[in-house]
Amino acid sequence: MSQYSEKVMDHFANPRNVGEIENADGIGKVGNAVCGDIMNLYLRVENNVITDAKFKTFGCGAAIATSSMVTELVKGKTIDEALAITNRAVAEALGGLPPIKMHCSVLAEEALQSAIDDYLKKQQDKA
Amino acid sequence: MKPVYFDYAATTPCDPEVVAAMLPYFCERFGNPSSMHAFGQETKGAVEEARERIAAFLGAAPGEIVFTSGGTESNNMAVKGVAYARRGKGNHIITSPIEHHAVLEPCHFLEKDGFEITILPVDDDGLVNPDDVRRAITDKTILISIMHANNEIGTIQPIAEIGKIARERGIYFHTDAVQTLGHLPFTVNDLNVDLLSASAHKLYGPKGIGLLYVRKGTRLTPFMHGGEQENRRRASTHNVPGIVGFGKAVEMARGSLEKEVQDLTAFRDKLIKGFQKEMDQVKLNGHPTQRLPNNVNISIAHVEGEGMLLSLDMLGIACSTGSACSSASLAPSHVLMAIGLPHELAHGSLRFSMGRPTTTADVDRLLDVLPPVVAKLRAMSPLYK
Repeated sequence: MSQYSEKVMDHFANPRNVGEIENADGIGKVGNAVCGDIMNLYLRVENNVITDAKFKTFGCGAAIATSSMVTELVKGKTIDEALAITNRAVAEALGGLPPIKMHCSVLAEEALQSAIDDYLKKQQDKA
Repeated sequence: MKPVYFDYAATTPCDPEVVAAMLPYFCERFGNPSSMHAFGQETKGAVEEARERIAAFLGAAPGEIVFTSGGTESNNMAVKGVAYARRGKGNHIITSPIEHHAVLEPCHFLEKDGFEITILPVDDDGLVNPDDVRRAITDKTILISIMHANNEIGTIQPIAEIGKIARERGIYFHTDAVQTLGHLPFTVNDLNVDLLSASAHKLYGPKGIGLLYVRKGTRLTPFMHGGEQENRRRASTHNVPGIVGFGKAVEMARGSLEKEVQDLTAFRDKLIKGFQKEMDQVKLNGHPTQRLPNNVNISIAHVEGEGMLLSLDMLGIACSTGSACSSASLAPSHVLMAIGLPHELAHGSLRFSMGRPTTTADVDRLLDVLPPVVAKLRAMSPLYK
């Protein structure tokens, strides 16, 4: 499939960090079956640093590759640093996405935002 | 390992014998069939021989075959050609929601020009009910267009019955037979059709050549103007190598049709059974028996089609999907939506279409390769429990 970069194909064929995190500190669930992409992102956060990230995704090759890439990008980042990761940054890290697939990277950004929101809300509830 | 092709419904390879038959018509016998000199008369003879051969296969008269550039043109020509020729009589056209876009889009085009289109329902297997056709007819109905067999889900329509209804009411009946010419045994009289579209590249012929069968006496407004070719029905210099190749392809199909139907039906049913045995939550799309011998279309729950297609492609298996993610419009297949599939199952659809070169080994390989691909993607899916 020439429409995808080698990096996209690598992350699609060998996705990093597939799975769920038990008692995750932040969970983001975005997308729906109608549009054909559903992404769940799980974060482990220690001392404001993301120490682990895992995902489960229903979607096309680009959706799986962006899910995989976003879990790689956030690991070791502080919450503020992670919040600064844009969909473009995910796409660029994958060597680009076909224009029609850019919405998949938006889904990854939304999943990340949603997981961080969930983490921050849980922190507030604890306080 | 050599890649295996399971996308014959998209296109077939040109048979080497077809190519051999075409080759002399590029450099040596290059004359324009409309020319009066010997160069032209030689190729005119070749064109007419192919026309006769194809007409005989269809049970038609040679004068009823109009060569076109392919299935899309034939469908456009039938729908728009009848609409404008019969405008004085009425403005109503009946069709189905699972037609190829080359029928549906001309209908939508005509709608903007004052025509009324009735799109009949289909059942869960994709069948049109002839009673619905009868009920939809008004005194303004000028054309009914229902495809012979669906390119995505393989369902074969009760064309002869619908054709009978159309004939009783004096309404022109067109069928898109792009998936069936050379793949199912039939004549135009068996089907009771006035117009029938077909394309050479679906039966091991070249791309860029098709035909529209037009029953004698059927009025049709041409939309290619600028020449006397094809009894003024379709202006343009004849595609001689294409026409010769089409003739050869039809001749070859005549010889192999019966055995192909038998072999492919057995492969088809083996795949369907095998998929449903090796994987859970697999749904067959389309009619289980009134179905093209070469077509398997399944929806696999909780995985997405493009992901499966990519994985299979990496493992050397080529197929197609009705998933939105694989289309430029990002809309799922209109056929799968019309048979009532929920979005999630439409996204998880795969079509495997087989052909003359398909072997038992190919079928077995597919049965080996697909289940682990699905298992891997399901392990990633938040929907699969």
